[in-house]
Amino acid sequence: MTDDEFAAYQSLSEETEDHRWAFGTGFTDPLEGIDASVPDGVDAAALTAYCLALGDDALIYSHRLQQWMTRLPELEEETALANVALDLLGQARMLLARAGQAEGRGRREDDLAFFRDEHEFRSVRLAEHTDADFAELAGRLLVFSAWRLALFGRLAGSADPVLAAIAAKGVNELTYHRDYAAQWVIRLGDGTPLSHDRMAAALGVIWPLADELFQADPMTDRLPGVAADPADLRAEVDAVLDEVLAAATLDRPHAAPLARVAGRSGRDGVHTEAFGYLLAELQSVARAHPDATW
Amino acid sequence: MVTAAGLAAARVVAAAVPDPELPMLTVADLGILRGVAAEGERLVVTITPTYSGCPALREIAHDLRHRLAASGFAEVDVRTALAPAWSSDWITAEGRRKLREAGIAPPHAAPARSGPVPLTLTGTRREAVVCPRCGSAATTRTAAFGATACKALFRCESCREPFEYVKEL
Repeated sequence: MTDDEFAAYQSLSEETEDHRWAFGTGFTDPLEGIDASVPDGVDAAALTAYCLALGDDALIYSHRLQQWMTRLPELEEETALANVALDLLGQARMLLARAGQAEGRGRREDDLAFFRDEHEFRSVRLAEHTDADFAELAGRLLVFSAWRLALFGRLAGSADPVLAAIAAKGVNELTYHRDYAAQWVIRLGDGTPLSHDRMAAALGVIWPLADELFQADPMTDRLPGVAADPADLRAEVDAVLDEVLAAATLDRPHAAPLARVAGRSGRDGVHTEAFGYLLAELQSVARAHPDATW
Repeated sequence: MVTAAGLAAARVVAAAVPDPELPMLTVADLGILRGVAAEGERLVVTITPTYSGCPALREIAHDLRHRLAASGFAEVDVRTALAPAWSSDWITAEGRRKLREAGIAPPHAAPARSGPVPLTLTGTRREAVVCPRCGSAATTRTAAFGATACKALFRCESCREPFEYVKEL
């Protein structure tokens, strides 16, 4: 870079009234100024793992949606899914920052997002799935957002005030995500014979990944009053899915859950083949230029 | 010490900071400025995000520090409050007037909720979104999400113009 170019960049970052239009994409702690203490009686290690899991779900899912950008059928879906991805990224940032606070080792959201390896990610395998077409995108988002909305509705009453606040905020966002996905599943399922068949086929692909959402997680047992028992969410999620499937003239798929590997799955850091490729893309810039700011 | 007069002046400066994504509105109009208080020498400004991923929040914090520094407040803490979560109900009457003037339909009242959130399976709304240009209630939603997370896209069937609607939340 020449001196002139460098000066031009410098001037962009100057403190002016218009600074926000030209520059300023740096990020600060999303939980800046919030009381970071872990309440008495809460298992800090378990809270760390729990926030990591919920943050990883959102981070990985958001990245999968971002990969759809410029490839969606219409501009309206492009903006909709960019906004869904942004909401999830916002939830991921706060949850990873909360995990870093509870851990107490000084790791920030970026350290957790960009400098952990595959086996350290605790996201469910549904989050990393590559959608083969728009029907899979809609079906997967319906299952994920219906589950996450039911979960966050409970976590809004968590004994950890930071987790409770993040969840309460997320409920409003996830309501829009779920409605968006539900309306597309209905439009495709109750559409032409071709769209109906493709939507049905997509659900057949997604369904085996849904079971993991309701699997018992030892972390939740260590967090009474803080976490929600995954098994408790099933009835509420099933009721929502049944309502949508009925309106979409689709049958609930009969599909066996995706097998665990030696009893382990996403929450234990065991992922599908797709995960490594996703993570490599997600982390490549941060790892090539550690501690870079712009 | 921040004096009472100083605090009042700081409130005026903070309240006038524009929102980067809806620059015709101030942070006070939007209801995201939650408080301006003094802690000894220090001025504490509390703001709240509209959406979790809202990239504007950091810019707003930056702008608050910059403008307050220019008004003589050397020590400014900008804090984020997550709870209670922002609601579009907090947009002031003045904010709603400015939105309409800018061709953006202001939000209806946010739904009161208890228990599981009910599904909305069609794009049809209970309350019509009125066109901010011609006042017609014959409008259609063209997309649930707009250029920013807080807006949806509509089209007026009377004047045929597209417009944005700030979603109720």
